[in-house]
Amino acid sequence: MAIDFLYPQYEVVRNMDRCITCRACERQCANEVHHYDVDFGYMVSDESKCVNCHRCVSLCPTRALKIVKTDHTFKENANWTGKAISEVYRQAGSGGVLLSSMGNPEPLPIYWDKILINASQVTNPPIDPLREPMETRTFLGKKPGKIERGKDGNLVNNLSPQLQLNVPIMFSAMSYGSISYNAHASLARAAVELGTYYNTGEGGLHQDFYQYGDHTIVQVASGRFGVFKEYLEAGAAIEIKMGQGAKPGIGGHLPGLKVGPDISKTRMIPEGTDAISPAPHHDIYSIEDLRQLVFSLKEATEYKKPVIVKIAAVHNVAAIASGIARSGADIIAIDGFRGGTGAAPTRIRDNVGIPIELALAAVDQRLRDEGIRDQVSVVIGGSVRNSADLLKAIALGADAVYIATSALLALGCHLCRTCQSGRCNWGIATQRPDLVKRLNPDIGSRRLVNLVTAWDHELKEMMGGMGINSIEALRGNRLMLRGIGLTQKELDILGIKHAGE
Amino acid sequence: MKYLIIGSGTAAVGCIEGIRVVDQASPITMVSSEPYQPYGRPLISYMLQGKTTEEKMLRYRPADFCERNGVTALLGHTVQRLEGRTAILEDGTALPFDKLCIASGSRPFVPPMEGLESVQNQTSFMTLDDAKRLRGLLGEGKDKRVLIVGAGLIGLKCAEGILGLAQSVTVIDLAPRILPNVLSEEPAAVIQKHMEGKGVRFVLNESVRRFAPAKATLQNSGEVIPFDVLVVAVGVRPNTGLAEAAGCAVNRGILTNDHSETTVPGIYAAGDCAVSHDISCGTDRILAILPNAYLQGETAGMNMAGGDRPFRKAVSMNASGFLGLHMITAGSYDGEQYLTRENGNYKLLVTRDDHLVGFILIGDIERAGIYTSLIRERTPLSSIDFHLIREKPQLMAFSSTERAKKLGGARV
Amino acid sequence: MKRVYVNEKWCLGCHLCEYYCAFANSGKSDMVKALKDHKIAPRIKIEERDNISFAVSCRHCEEPLCVKGCISGALTIQDGAVHIDSDKCVGCCTCILCCPYGALSHSEQGAIQKCELCQKNEFGQPMCVQGCPNKAIVYEER
Repeated sequence: MAIDFLYPQYEVVRNMDRCITCRACERQCANEVHHYDVDFGYMVSDESKCVNCHRCVSLCPTRALKIVKTDHTFKENANWTGKAISEVYRQAGSGGVLLSSMGNPEPLPIYWDKILINASQVTNPPIDPLREPMETRTFLGKKPGKIERGKDGNLVNNLSPQLQLNVPIMFSAMSYGSISYNAHASLARAAVELGTYYNTGEGGLHQDFYQYGDHTIVQVASGRFGVFKEYLEAGAAIEIKMGQGAKPGIGGHLPGLKVGPDISKTRMIPEGTDAISPAPHHDIYSIEDLRQLVFSLKEATEYKKPVIVKIAAVHNVAAIASGIARSGADIIAIDGFRGGTGAAPTRIRDNVGIPIELALAAVDQRLRDEGIRDQVSVVIGGSVRNSADLLKAIALGADAVYIATSALLALGCHLCRTCQSGRCNWGIATQRPDLVKRLNPDIGSRRLVNLVTAWDHELKEMMGGMGINSIEALRGNRLMLRGIGLTQKELDILGIKHAGE
Repeated sequence: MKYLIIGSGTAAVGCIEGIRVVDQASPITMVSSEPYQPYGRPLISYMLQGKTTEEKMLRYRPADFCERNGVTALLGHTVQRLEGRTAILEDGTALPFDKLCIASGSRPFVPPMEGLESVQNQTSFMTLDDAKRLRGLLGEGKDKRVLIVGAGLIGLKCAEGILGLAQSVTVIDLAPRILPNVLSEEPAAVIQKHMEGKGVRFVLNESVRRFAPAKATLQNSGEVIPFDVLVVAVGVRPNTGLAEAAGCAVNRGILTNDHSETTVPGIYAAGDCAVSHDISCGTDRILAILPNAYLQGETAGMNMAGGDRPFRKAVSMNASGFLGLHMITAGSYDGEQYLTRENGNYKLLVTRDDHLVGFILIGDIERAGIYTSLIRERTPLSSIDFHLIREKPQLMAFSSTERAKKLGGARV
Repeated sequence: MKRVYVNEKWCLGCHLCEYYCAFANSGKSDMVKALKDHKIAPRIKIEERDNISFAVSCRHCEEPLCVKGCISGALTIQDGAVHIDSDKCVGCCTCILCCPYGALSHSEQGAIQKCELCQKNEFGQPMCVQGCPNKAIVYEER
């Protein structure tokens, strides 16, 4: 046997005084970490298989388990860290591209945490959201440039199709395939209850979920999986995916192993075949090409549905957004470099793209400068972790946010970042029926509704404190933000003053 | 409406509870020759064994059962005869009724045996009084040798009950095996061996040629078995006299329809005195078992009170334990047989025409009711996974739709 | 009346219901104390095979055959729920013979045991349901 250079990352700590050998850990671990040893008469574990997903920890009825990071270590080296060394070992062993899941975990700046929110004192008094109406409903879509009247003097309805959001939060694109049927069911049902939208991702729409069409954004991506007339007509809006924050510039790959009968049918590809999304849309090489697709989709759906164009936040995002606004899109979605994924090359996930906070500020400013801000709504995603991030995003100019990682966390995801294995113990990023059933949408949708409702409460609370009673008055209101510990350049890009100014 | 019930056993209790489902007001009179509150007859062996007490036995139903149900219990009385819609007691009391339920049970059958009358210390084993008498005869010394004639259920339960109270227990039966009416040879041998291991002696293929006051001489071997106490448990006969005199059709037991009504309108019969239609074999026979008595009685009661409730699911069945070895049997054994012997457990399933018609479980009796239910409900075996049901009683053998009904409360 | 209903679609076969049941009926206030080094004899039991699993416990039938067939009167209906008086029970197993669901079993003490919806222990509502991580068993009115 070849030498294994890698020592397990985690240790399973079992408190033998508390373990009642109920074997729930054994039954619940798809990685087969735990087993009952008949000879010993107690539970033993193989920590080399542990991904630290906490399924066993969460289900252990006597709290006999915890997972800790091993203190086994390489010789201290600030340059050649344990992680760097281990990655070399892995690649030297496999010869392959390193794969990772979920968002960028590296300690890069999080601008949300360097922005502070204002509150009213004495003048312009705060508003108590429990006593006074507080509007967090918002509408996404192109806003008319001018008021038109008919010959009779009455207003002409020149409003483009709009999406009504009861809360400025939508669930971002996650395909059926990358996540499970029950995860989709949870998102769809929560979106309906919340009065918002979830997004099919690029995997098509399962027949069972057409019933939630009014709260569904259907995506058209480079692989065109599952795209046909009824699909486009089923959704409330259509999203063209040009890029994704976790892996800008590259395509996607759903292994054939995950393409079972249901997914094959939904994606309209043969069972067991790899679902490869090309890096580019092969029919889009310019803004003009994009415009053609935008209008093809509008034409196909009789101009009744807003079209969203989603891009990853990259270096020249503002210019790209300007082009998109001119392409006829109604909504621009920008995905920051911390956005999640079911699988991405580690190097790309961790090194490509830019922070969403900077991208958002730049895009909003550019569209304003060009006088076309009202032609599109701007939705951002890529690690909106809480209601404060949400509020800051809106104040930086977003119309609404997309959340996905937070939503998955609500469903039970513990960010173990091994979605690519297909053995998600929480029934989210898996297609194995025994694992999928672990996510009961009755519970899942309830938790999603709880999360978004809680954020909405907090959002209102903070808006009230600022003396603002509607999302419209908060949007792009950068005076409500101050930076802390930021350089002048960063402040300039964010368009905010430093705290104390 | 005036209801009269003759008997105070389980069928009578079922009848009272059945009447009260439909009619909460009309008076009920219950006459019983036994001077006790209703009790579960089969408990008498458990009482001797120390697993229950007389006081607990008499709490088969709560102490205020009669009071709460508006029942006038005439205990220690016997109905002598029926005159139209009036019952005459032994003391001449006339009890007029509109609806009558005969739940008079059965009595021990004692065949003529030479010298039997010379035996002082003898009893049958059917009632609480029998059990108390037997307990008295055994005394406290654990020094009595007991001879039980009859290796049927009553004889064996008696043997179990007294084994710890006697010096020795010998069971004799004319049949070549124990429990001849319940079991075939192999399972009977399993139980026999187990009981022998616990100290019971069996003498089979034998009968008593003659009794002397403290000994029995056997017919075939001529062996003389000395004993101190004799229990006669040869068999029972249904108490059908009153019904017959009232004009009810009787064939061994009182004949009833699926409403528990006899051939005389207004007169119902239930329990060990009445005939049931055993759906496992399609024949009419007396099913002298407690659950059946209750269900027949309840059916009688509901229909007496004006309800319309047929009972068409009678199945012969039995649950017994013999000195720690459990046995559950149900149905009939004519059909295709599937036998499993595993870890000392014996399991026989019998099927006929796509139905389970009978089974015998000895040792592992877990979840046996699932099998009973297949017989009772006449579930087509082609609608379930027979391979799984053969393996063990399990709801896994049913379709998920069926399970959704059984466990999920789905109404389909 | 509220009953325990099973939805096998969501049953994970984790068997936690069995352990919560055993704990709830142990009379002890701590699960470890109740179940450590102890082979459990729960009143709710999982059946499992291949990818299917589900819990089975007393259905609290409206017309319970176990109650009707009980020779000692130990099984009774109280407010719709089927209860057992283990003091009266002699362990004759007639209820096991009668129950179509296989929901009664021997207890460690010899008498028969069955689900009593935790109405007689300190928890007051079914702990199997509380302990089910996926709502595969629910306690509700239907």
